[in-house]
Amino acid sequence: MSWQILFQHAAFLFIVWLLVKPVGTFLARVFEGQPTFLDPLLRPIERAIYRVAGIDAAREMSWKVYAESFVLFGVLGTLLLFVILRVQTWLPFFDPTFLTTPLTPDLAFNTAVSFATTTTWQAYGGETTMSYTSQMLGLTAQNFLAGAAGLAVGIAFIRGLVREASATLGNFWVDVTRATLYVLLPASALVAIALVWQGVPMNFNPFIVLETLQGNEQIIAQGPVAALEAIKNLGTNGGGFFNVNGAHPYENPTLFTNWLEMLSIVVIPAALTYTFGVLSKRPLQGWVLFWIMMFLFVVGLLLTTWMEQNGNPQFVPFGVDQSMSEEQAGGNMEGKEVRFGAGGSALTATATSNGATGSYNSMHDSYMPLGGMIPLVNMLLGEIIFGGLGTGFYSIIVIALIGVFIAGLMVGRTPEYLGKPLDPTAVKFITLYTLIAPLTISFLTALAVITPMGLAGLTTNQGAHGFTEIFYGYTSSFANNGQNFAGLNANSLFYNITTALAMWAGRFGLGVLALAIAGYFAAQKCRPTTLGTLPTDSLLFAVLTIAVILIVGGLAYFPALAMGPLVEHLMLRF
Amino acid sequence: MKPQSQIYQRALFDSFRKLDPRWMARNPVMFVVEIGSVLTTLLFIQALFGAGQENPAFIGAIALWLWFTVLFANFSEALAEGRGKAQADSLRAARQDTQAKKLAAPTRDAKISLTPSSDLRQGDVYLVEAGDVLPADGEVIAGVASVNESAVTGESAPVIREAGGDRSAVTGGTLILSDWLVVRVTANPGEGFLERMIAMVEGAKRQKTPNEIALNILLAAFTIIFLIVCITLLPFSIYAVNANGAGTPVTITVLVALLVCLIPTTIGGLLPAIGIAGMDRLIRRNVIALSGRAVEAAGDVDVLLLDKTGTITLGNRQAVEFIAVGNVQERELAQAAQLSSLADETPEGRSIVVLAKEKYNLRGRDGGAEGMTFIEFTAQTRMSGVDFNGTAIRKGAPDTMIQYIASSGNNVPTELNAAVERIAKNGGTPLVVAQDGKGLGVIHLKDIVKGGIKDRFAHLRKMGIKTVMITGDNPLTAAAIAAEAGVDDFLAQATPEAKLTLIRGYQTGGRLVAMTGDGTNDAPALAQADVAVAMNTGTQPAREAANMIDLDSNPTKLIEIVEIGKQLLMTRGALTTFSISNDVAKYFAIIPAAFATTYPALQALNILGLATPASAILSAVIFNALVIIALIPLALRGVPYRAVGAAQLLRDNLLIYGVGGLIAPFIGIKIIDMLLVALRLA
Repeated sequence: MSWQILFQHAAFLFIVWLLVKPVGTFLARVFEGQPTFLDPLLRPIERAIYRVAGIDAAREMSWKVYAESFVLFGVLGTLLLFVILRVQTWLPFFDPTFLTTPLTPDLAFNTAVSFATTTTWQAYGGETTMSYTSQMLGLTAQNFLAGAAGLAVGIAFIRGLVREASATLGNFWVDVTRATLYVLLPASALVAIALVWQGVPMNFNPFIVLETLQGNEQIIAQGPVAALEAIKNLGTNGGGFFNVNGAHPYENPTLFTNWLEMLSIVVIPAALTYTFGVLSKRPLQGWVLFWIMMFLFVVGLLLTTWMEQNGNPQFVPFGVDQSMSEEQAGGNMEGKEVRFGAGGSALTATATSNGATGSYNSMHDSYMPLGGMIPLVNMLLGEIIFGGLGTGFYSIIVIALIGVFIAGLMVGRTPEYLGKPLDPTAVKFITLYTLIAPLTISFLTALAVITPMGLAGLTTNQGAHGFTEIFYGYTSSFANNGQNFAGLNANSLFYNITTALAMWAGRFGLGVLALAIAGYFAAQKCRPTTLGTLPTDSLLFAVLTIAVILIVGGLAYFPALAMGPLVEHLMLRF
Repeated sequence: MKPQSQIYQRALFDSFRKLDPRWMARNPVMFVVEIGSVLTTLLFIQALFGAGQENPAFIGAIALWLWFTVLFANFSEALAEGRGKAQADSLRAARQDTQAKKLAAPTRDAKISLTPSSDLRQGDVYLVEAGDVLPADGEVIAGVASVNESAVTGESAPVIREAGGDRSAVTGGTLILSDWLVVRVTANPGEGFLERMIAMVEGAKRQKTPNEIALNILLAAFTIIFLIVCITLLPFSIYAVNANGAGTPVTITVLVALLVCLIPTTIGGLLPAIGIAGMDRLIRRNVIALSGRAVEAAGDVDVLLLDKTGTITLGNRQAVEFIAVGNVQERELAQAAQLSSLADETPEGRSIVVLAKEKYNLRGRDGGAEGMTFIEFTAQTRMSGVDFNGTAIRKGAPDTMIQYIASSGNNVPTELNAAVERIAKNGGTPLVVAQDGKGLGVIHLKDIVKGGIKDRFAHLRKMGIKTVMITGDNPLTAAAIAAEAGVDDFLAQATPEAKLTLIRGYQTGGRLVAMTGDGTNDAPALAQADVAVAMNTGTQPAREAANMIDLDSNPTKLIEIVEIGKQLLMTRGALTTFSISNDVAKYFAIIPAAFATTYPALQALNILGLATPASAILSAVIFNALVIIALIPLALRGVPYRAVGAAQLLRDNLLIYGVGGLIAPFIGIKIIDMLLVALRLA
């Protein structure tokens, strides 16, 4: 690994660290309903929304009502998007010349579910499927709303942890409104303007058809890209305007935009740890989570970079130069953009796979087996590393709670987190939560690899790599990430339905259980912290949590990883 | 106690009896292993007929070791129960059906009708006389008698039981040695103390405690996760064989072996034994827990309420100093004090005699003469003393004595007042001595804090437990003793209401409170406390309000009870951590072996260099079974508890059971594999 790449990585993470405190503090103010500097502008709008929608902002909800509202909001969003996509032929900006992929009912269903769950899995190619109206009113709108809903649940979860003897978790509609108005809209506006400055288009022009120097015809797609581009990352959605997503020069033209887009993914989920510290009045508890995430992020980033920068061992006998030099970025460059190289691609692969954001800028299918395994593992761990706007936060807490329960017993007390006892009811919710992922991912993968309908998706690769493609697909859907390993032809009735099921399980199965845990904890009294209490703000706790994340996560998926990327790696070497 | 060999024999027999699926279903983890054992046994039979997927010897060996896994787990539970059962047998012997002398009215002379003890009901009254066995639990309403309670407590020295006061509770099955008692029955047949005790030590009515339930849920979840892993591995393997065009899909035997190795059998198998052994540890310290929940709660306790007398201080005050006033010599005062106490048989009185002897070598009657008349303490005079040769010596509490001196027409020396005040301020009790109405000086009586108790409280503090001293003394005295004993807080002039309020206050703050008590007025507080230990010598209401009974009636034992509770939880946590850490090594043993034919490249994961796929899988299964046996002693004895903070405990135990659990199976599986090769079994 060259120092340039390491410097690039380090600088990126340094900026993340710098932003955590101010952004985290701001988020805490927003969701505590305290005044912010945006109030003069936004407060009247917020009030108007409540008046029109008939929301009583002062009325708090129990976890059940909160969860019902969350699911209802998701279902309504799905329906709305489904209708928009199905009738896009009748709406403005529909140009049949270029929109060659028909939005069949199953594809429209899959896309609707996908965008309403922040998965934004793309079984379609953006520029060949979606009209500008669909991109804006359908996809961009859902990017905001679904992202805000996830953030709201994350905030409600934090409230559950820090409240004491409380029957409520806040008001979902207020949280969604404030998340959209105070957080996502202003941030998107800033990012979008920066992107336009860097050359990202924001127009309604027809596609440009040119003749290239070689005399071929090239179609250059246009559209309101910058608006979607900003929120697709900020909302940890990731579905690109174009088929190749962040690799497209109109989505991600420069190294700077690549950085900015990755920051958009990472900063809010990272800052939520600080928000947690503020709300629980125990800043250290938040920082511990931050550094656990940071550690795992760095390990994944370095491994991926190392794997990709080293290149492909099978090229060596042919004397292919894969080293980094003035002339070339070097490394395994298949499926990568020259302007990002192995380093910029690895950073994006890590940030997007961790971040439940499918906005890749290189084709992970073409990564070295282990280089591609890291994003897969990141997703399998549950988007806990600076990931999943709101959702990643409760995922890491639930895993940490398993560690607290097992190890906590070893100090000779009923385990507790922030003074909340982990009694049978809490453990029941926590274990149910942990079961959903292996149930969904493993069974759907098993189904796909032995049925003809599933195997039909493997149009380019077979064997261990084909297995990885299918496994990756369901993992990505469940994690609400939406990253596609490519290679898998997922626009079929089978995959459109099964991936949508995985997305629902990952979004609502986990979300509702997280709220149940929050509701249960909120109702409990806090036990005071004594010397006999398991410390959850120490280095030891961080090490413990990381071990639990890796061991418990690893145990559930080791055989699948062995049958996919691991064996592929070994076969490549020997 | 029966001989050890008999306990082992019975445990061995019981481990087979417990194979009954209805029993096994209570423990999800081991139930899955049993199903796996049945399945592999059937596959073995199939293979014997030549239709198997693998070599019959291999399937047979796997099946055998899976059965061993189940049996080893059952054995651990049966062994833990064994000790309790032996004790229950001896208790049962005491609970014989006797003829009770039922009384028509609650007086000794009432008409007697002989009734079988099993017909006695709550509220009935019976008479027992020397040589009788008490037919039922009850409360003495008339009479005084010495009772041998060894059937319950194991302590053969007789105790006094009498009507009224704190010694009125009697237990069915105990023996009257002298005199008689009239007793009102407090428990219906089958609900008596002895029966409850038998049920508890036998574990017959053992209910899962909250933490045990929570852990069981977690273990069941792990089991489901690994079921998913193993079930989906078959289609994955079929895909790999088809796509690769090599090898055969993984067999059911291998999948079952993998499943059993992965699910947390170590903790799943030992979990019941850990719980029973925890109870047993209490019983061996002569504490009967009336609910398993209380044992667990003991580990969680944040606040200990300790009675001053008997727990923190020795039961009695002792004289430590003589302070003479005016021109009186200290020796003179000591002599007068000694004379006045010669007939005083209270411990305080005796300690005055002893101090005088120690300090001035005064013999009992040195300064005395014939014809001494001792004046006993009465509620009216509130002083005691002696008259001889026309001299009157008196001692008593300062206020009474000062009045006495003044009424004799003498001045009360200011030094005397100062001395009294100084002693009171330091937590002592002053006794004023006067001769012929003139103040001689003051005796300093002091509460003696038990040796080593300060260190114990310091340990408790490190464990995060707050100690609160409960005393009837005034705040000044209480503060002085609290400081000397090193408790964190105290409640002075404690009334039953004050205790109750204190406990509720702590509980509102989310703390768990433990206390001991014996008197009837302790009952409300005992009922409110999370862990309430009643002294066996205590009254019936106190024993009913408590959730543990200390047969030795030793209030200091509360501290041990807390440690046993912590040990119970720690043992569960340690073995769970160990069990789950083990899985890493097992994957490395089994996965390369299971896919040896499909993906030979996976041999790179065989980092242990296990000989063959069959030996690798068998070694993992054997290790998994043997580790249960190896850990039975730890499960029964419990993880040693040290009074250090949670952070250090966690670090140490994570190193031992977490990191150790990662490494141990690598070594164990390798050794078993080498043995299998050496014995040409694989």
